Amino acid sequence: MLAVDGISVRFGGITALDGVGFTVEPGTAVGLIGPNGAGKTTLFNCLTRRCTPDAGTVRFEGEDLLALPPHAVAGRGIARTFQNLGLFPRLTVRENVMVGAHSRGRTGHLAAALRLPRVRREERELREQADDLLRRLGLADVADHPASGLPFGTLKRVELARALAVRPRLLLLDEPVNGLSHGEVDQFADLVRSVRQDFDLTLVVVEHHMGFVMGLCDKVVCLDFGRKIAEGSPEEIQRDASVIEAYLGVAA
Amino acid sequence: MSAVTEFLQQVVEGLGSGAVYASLALALVLIYRFTGIVNFAQGELAMLSTYVAWQLVASGMPFWLALPVTLAVSFAGGMLVERIVIRPVQGAPELTVVIVTVGLFIFVNALAGLIWSFTVKDFPQPFPDGGLDLAGVRVDWSTLGIIGVVAVVMGLLYLLFQHTAIGLTMRAVACNPASARLSGIRVGRVLMLGWGLAATVGAVSGVLVAPLLFLEPNMMGGVLIYAFAAATLGGFDSPVGAVVGGLFVGVAETLTGAYVDVVGADLKVGVPLVIILAVLLVRPQGLFGRAAVERA
Repeated sequence: MLAVDGISVRFGGITALDGVGFTVEPGTAVGLIGPNGAGKTTLFNCLTRRCTPDAGTVRFEGEDLLALPPHAVAGRGIARTFQNLGLFPRLTVRENVMVGAHSRGRTGHLAAALRLPRVRREERELREQADDLLRRLGLADVADHPASGLPFGTLKRVELARALAVRPRLLLLDEPVNGLSHGEVDQFADLVRSVRQDFDLTLVVVEHHMGFVMGLCDKVVCLDFGRKIAEGSPEEIQRDASVIEAYLGVAA
Repeated sequence: MSAVTEFLQQVVEGLGSGAVYASLALALVLIYRFTGIVNFAQGELAMLSTYVAWQLVASGMPFWLALPVTLAVSFAGGMLVERIVIRPVQGAPELTVVIVTVGLFIFVNALAGLIWSFTVKDFPQPFPDGGLDLAGVRVDWSTLGIIGVVAVVMGLLYLLFQHTAIGLTMRAVACNPASARLSGIRVGRVLMLGWGLAATVGAVSGVLVAPLLFLEPNMMGGVLIYAFAAATLGGFDSPVGAVVGGLFVGVAETLTGAYVDVVGADLKVGVPLVIILAVLLVRPQGLFGRAAVERA
């Protein structure tokens, strides 16, 4: 479904990614792990066209992703969440989710200005779909609350709802449980598992919480200093000597 | 005329000019919210729009037809300015952007002088003479008309932003362009739209104020200062604040001119400057603005 091949990104003298490649099969969940600064978020930014690699290719269902303008990525069925939340603080929770559904809107600006009835119907549909998602993720009670001021754990779910509103086939989660408490991590893991099933999602997850990654993912890719140092099943990765040395560490 | 009616009379006059300041302040705030740019050329763009209206009327078009045509031209013009002048410096340091808008100010001012000369032109008064008499307070049709037009513009903007899908995408872009783009919104187009809207709202202020000030290329210089005061008072990121601030500044200006002898008519322009200074000292985020809080 997703094929990353030989991606390199340099910021000035720093090589953030150095010839990284891996594939993601439809319906699987792939975890990206590695120490801070290993290049995980940079890789995500390449996948969503926020950042253009200096070398390498990214193909999504055979299509060259790097040839797309950034706003077109959502329309292809790719959505992401952000490490530090990418929400719209002044908008209500419902509006945040409605914006997520925007890429599926059919009416353009001119049509929006000229053909009110159709636009209104479409807006009502967007609203209903947003409400469905909010109920699904237990957010119906805060639908009319502005996003700013809600607890962090709630906002993580709002962001998931916003990403799901894109109706993605590939969902990229950047540190989804970072900053959550123990109990919240387990709840969030259950939530991700159930939406993965219901929405038939393929996942790529960047996360430091090893319990979360190993419990969710079918395959794990480990990066260190911009290079891929290991790839395999969670069990293989946990036994891999280079991963243990670079990242997981050994018991003292 | 009793002291009370005299006072109310001044307040009414103040609200009339305040409505004009409010609409230019609203144009400033729109652009600031979308792009974080303070557009020093906003007044000059409004002046250019006013010349377009004047030209149309001078060539025989009735005013109430010339107005929508002017607004449409201004909308397109604002979008062009964003695309051609602002887009290349989007994301550049603040000082660069400020200098670009100041350059635009000078360019537009000179352009208007080149095309229409710097001699003062008479702009038609769109509203009929006369007015209402409310318990001794005289409210001119023109004052009422200005307040009415500005109120309609505000209402339309409110509907656009709060009750349409396109308004939602515009608010999303103003909040967080990166996430908006990931949701499939074409951020560049929305920014163009924002500049177009701001130019349109600014054009309304220019056309409304021209009959009072007479039309010439430097007409909006003073109004821009009042609009800055209004936007600062209301909070630079708050459209409601811009309107409240505009009305307040208008009333403060007329009352000070009328009752404080030292100020009189000549020093009235000092009033907005005092307001700007006081707000920045006491409450920098303005009445309705949000204080920017950064984690240390």
